[in-house]
Parts: sequence; structure tokens; C-alpha cells
Amino acid sequence: MNDWGMQKRALGERLAAGRRHAAGKIVPIPELPEFLKAVIRSGDRVCLEGDNQKQADILASALADLDSRDIRDLHMVQSGVVLPAHLDIFEKGIARRLDFSYSGPQSARIARMLFGGKIELGAVHTYLELFARYFIDLTPQVALIAAVSADKHGNLYTGPNTEDTPTVVEATSYKNGLVVAQVTEIVDKVPRVDIPGDLVHFVVEAGKPFYVEPLFTRDPAAITETQILTAMLAIKGIYAPYGVRRLNHGIGFNTAAIELLLPTYGERLGLKGKICTHFALNPHPTLIPAIESGWVEQIHCFGSEVGMEDYVAARPDIFFTGPDGSLRSNRAFCQTAGLYACDMFIGSTLQIDLDGHSSTVTTNRIAGFGGAPNMGSDPRGRRHPSEPWLKAGAEAAPDSLAPLRRGRKLVVQIGETFGDRNVPLFVERLDALELARELDLDLAPVMVYSDDVTHIVTEEGIANLLLCRNRDEREQAIRGVAGYTDIGRARDPRMVERLRERGVIRRPEDLDIDPLDADRSLLAARSIKDLMLASGGLYRPPTRFRNW
Amino acid sequence: MEKLNFKLNAPNRARGTRAQAIVGVVASGNLEVLLERVLPPDVCIIEIATAAHGFGAVWEAVVRDFVTRRAAGGLRVSVNDGGARPDTVALRLAQGVRMIEEPEA
Repeated sequence: MNDWGMQKRALGERLAAGRRHAAGKIVPIPELPEFLKAVIRSGDRVCLEGDNQKQADILASALADLDSRDIRDLHMVQSGVVLPAHLDIFEKGIARRLDFSYSGPQSARIARMLFGGKIELGAVHTYLELFARYFIDLTPQVALIAAVSADKHGNLYTGPNTEDTPTVVEATSYKNGLVVAQVTEIVDKVPRVDIPGDLVHFVVEAGKPFYVEPLFTRDPAAITETQILTAMLAIKGIYAPYGVRRLNHGIGFNTAAIELLLPTYGERLGLKGKICTHFALNPHPTLIPAIESGWVEQIHCFGSEVGMEDYVAARPDIFFTGPDGSLRSNRAFCQTAGLYACDMFIGSTLQIDLDGHSSTVTTNRIAGFGGAPNMGSDPRGRRHPSEPWLKAGAEAAPDSLAPLRRGRKLVVQIGETFGDRNVPLFVERLDALELARELDLDLAPVMVYSDDVTHIVTEEGIANLLLCRNRDEREQAIRGVAGYTDIGRARDPRMVERLRERGVIRRPEDLDIDPLDADRSLLAARSIKDLMLASGGLYRPPTRFRNW
Repeated sequence: MEKLNFKLNAPNRARGTRAQAIVGVVASGNLEVLLERVLPPDVCIIEIATAAHGFGAVWEAVVRDFVTRRAAGGLRVSVNDGGARPDTVALRLAQGVRMIEEPEA
């Protein structure tokens, strides 16, 4: 006789053990260590919620404070390895195996621990890929999540930073896993029910908000004139000719510059309503001037952004907001939207090689992926046409039969030829390859593969890789916009000129871009304070950005 | 302070009539460029004073591209560099020849 209820019974045992440390669903903070020890089993697959923005920080610290003689060998399956506690868990032997997506600030320490054998690495995923595996082979037995408030039944309000929570809870709770939420406060009635209480088993009142990183705030004061020139190139040489209306922007200063040029340079080019009307994007403060001047019709968000809550709530025609008025974000849905419903991804990177592979891994740093590879890839399952998608497809395969021709997503890498501390953007060989060799990985961590990237934009010009017909042309097109880096200076000048005549390479002068326009006065806001004023005082920048 | 001098044949004569123009600022990572219309129209002289030593080959590549791509004939260009990256240098030079085309402000 088969026993078909083992998981349900195991959950029942955890619930019973947990209730000894709880009043109903509420776990008092002093009980948290004993509670976690009671509900978690050695070897469990645990999702400790955290991504590049929100963090279940109280639960992370409590987990790291456990004794590895009680709980050990956990398999952590989580979007972000961001807090020191996330790695302390491995340092102490409480966890052993890791499947994750993004590591940002812990990129150097995670690399050291991988080299030192403290972490057994499953894989570095993209967000959607990790979420997908939550439902197939990495389903958590325990999820430790974060919300703004809860009622005594466990109904959760996750607020503007809903992010990964619905996905994590769906995968865990419906497969008989245990869900524990940290909340700022317990209330009689939550402002809206983001997560129904019957999916949430226990709630911890943290007494303070969960941590959120203001990752998407770029101070306009730090935007350089080279970045403005590069942004003008992108707008006039890519956004305009393809008519890109649906898109996602990365988080760098180059795309911040583009956002701030829409109401000025974009307006002058007559592009309002023709580009940048629909975004899969977090509420970037640098998009405020474009929103306020009527450029943007709609934005769906992965998460929120610190300080943007009131502004977003005051613009419900633009953003997705709940019946309570505040933003509803959802990382899984927004990543899917960015993948399938956007015609362009444009973002910065740290290294591009001669094939056009790009990576943010540099020696001894594993920053992970986050969402860029989802947005920055050509979705092979797409079937709906649009002007930019069809045009890009036609450029890539002009001789094929149009009704049988796939379109192409525009995947644009943008940056100055020299980055921070004069480090060149273009390299012969990605550091990611060295890392893969040293860690004996099957795959080098590549952010955007060469067969997905369609354009590379630097201050020297635009390389349209869709128009390259062989590997030599591709290499010279890349060298031809690589400026005065070693890669750029080793170009074949005659071949580069021929590519330019064919429009494969386009320089500022080919696009009639006046270098005198590359001036900070062209930015619609030149400081964080300007952004705050443009929002009518609704944007409340975090203290660290208030430099006036 | 390193000094570099380049005298180059310039295929494109500087446009406009303005006698001189100045762009940029002397600051770390930035540069000031003074352009003077004092030479025969097929010559461009570029004199560089830079805070960063040992980048002669990159400067030469930058200024050669500049006279090939832009209208710099007839100009003496004096560069006061505070260790700017090559992309910033190329942008300032391009801005300088555009500025000298414009009527006096």
C-alpha cells in the first residue's frame, strides 16, 4: 500500500513543533531561535527570501545564529546572496549547498568561499530560471519570507516591494512546505491581502521594516558628458529608427542618461509617443521627468524603489497599484513581461569579448545574474509581431521568407570604452572563463550571449551586429566601436570603414549628432534634488542621496 | 607634467571664422582645450600638457583620428589635461572644432 501523504504529515509535524513556540500563528521574537530549530530539519531545502532589493533580514540573522550541531547541511535556494548573514550560514556549516541568482555586494566573499570549498554550488541562475526550478526540482521545504504587515490569521500585506514573495509562497505552501513570514507589525486588518493567510503558517513581528536596497537610484549629478553622448547615440541611432516603444532599461548611468534625455533631446527629435511608452522597469527616479512630461503610458515593476512609494501611489494611471493605492510589484511576472512583451533590453556590462559575449564577472567576483539575461535574450517562444521585432529579424536574415521569419529582440549593450578606474570594457578573453576553469564549472557565467546581443553602443558609435554576415565582420564591428582600448586600436581600419559605409557601424557624425549637445545642460534633471522637485515633492530620496 | 607635440596634415579645413575657442575645464579626469586659428588650412598642431605620464601612444592615436574625422585644418590646439580618459579627450576635441565654427557668442 503506497503512502501518499508523507509530505503533508511531515508538514503537520513541523507545525506541531512550531506551535510550541507560538501563540496561534504569532511567534514572539525571543522565541525565534528555538522556533527555527524546531521547524527546520538538517538537509532541508530552504528559501531565505531576498533579492537585489528586499531582504528577510531578521529571519536571515536568526538562521545564521543557529548552531550547526542542531541544524546543518541546508540547501539554500534563494534569489539573492546579499546580506553578510547569507554567507555566515555557510561559514558556520548550517548550510552547505547553494542555488542562487544574484550576489551583488557579497560577490567577492562568495567567490572566496567557493574557492575555499565552504559552499557547494548548484548553479548561478537567472531569476526566472530559479523561480521555474522552485516548481520542478528545487521546491523549498521551508520558506522564510518578508512582508510589511500581517493580521492574526497570517494574511500578509507585502506592500510596494512584493517582488518574489508570491512566487516563493506558491511553490512552498502548495507543495506542503512551511512558510514563515517576518513582518514590521501585526495589525487588525491588512491594507490589502497580497498573500492569503491559509498559505502562511507562522508570523514573526520584527518591529522594524525589512531591509530594502535603493539599487535603482542613480544620481544625475554623476552622469558624464561621454555618457550623454552615448545616450544620444542610442536614442537617435536605435530607439528612433526601430520605433522602440516597449522596453526594459538596466540600472547603469548610461540608461539613466537616456531617461533624462527623453524630455529634452527626445522631444527635439519629435520622438514623443513614438518611443519609450511602455516599460518593464522598477520605478527609477530618473524616469520622473519623462513621466511628468507625458512620455510614458505604462510601467510594470519587478520591485519598488526606496523613496518612490508616494510618487508611484500618486500616478496610478502609469503604475500597477492595489485597492489600497500602493504599488504592487511582482518579479516573476515582470521578468516574464520583460522577456516576452518587450522589444528591447538595453543595459551596461563590465566586459565584452570579440564575439560579443558579455559578463559582469571579473577576477574573484561573482556578482550573479539577476534578471538581465532574461530581458537580454531573444525569446524563442515569441509569436506576436511588432515593428522593431520584425525589422530586427529582417536585418538578421534579409533573404528568408518574411512570413516564416522570426523577429529578433533588440538586445543592446551600452557603455563607455573605459569604465571605472580606466578598466577597458572590451577584452580578448572574459574573466568568466578563468573563473569557470578555477572552479571547475561546466558553464562560464555569461550575462548576455553573443547570439542574443544585437547592438553595442559606446561613445565612439553603434555596432549593429544583426548586419554582420560572418565572424570577421562581427569582430571588426566590435573593434570599430572599442575606442582607444587595446581591442579598439588593433582594428583593421579599412574593414571598419567598409562596415561604416554599410551602416553596420554608425558614428555620432553619421547620425548628425552635435558633440556640443553632449552637455549636462541637456539632462532634464541634473541632481537628486531636481528629481524631487520634478515629482512635486512626492519622491523622497533616501538620506544617503540627499547631498544638498 | 608630460608635454607632447603633434604636427599633422589636416585634410579638412576648420569651418567658420572665429579666431579662437575654448572648451572644457581643468580638473581631475577632465581637460581644457584651447583652439586658435593661426596656421595654414592644411595643418593642425596639437600641444598637450598632461598630468598622466606614459600615454604617448594613446594620445597619438586620439589626435590622428581627430584630424582625420573632424575639420581641424588651420588650428593650433592646446590641451591642458588633468588625466582625462581617451573618450573624454576625443569628445572635448570634437566639441572644440564645433565651437570654433560657431559665431562669437
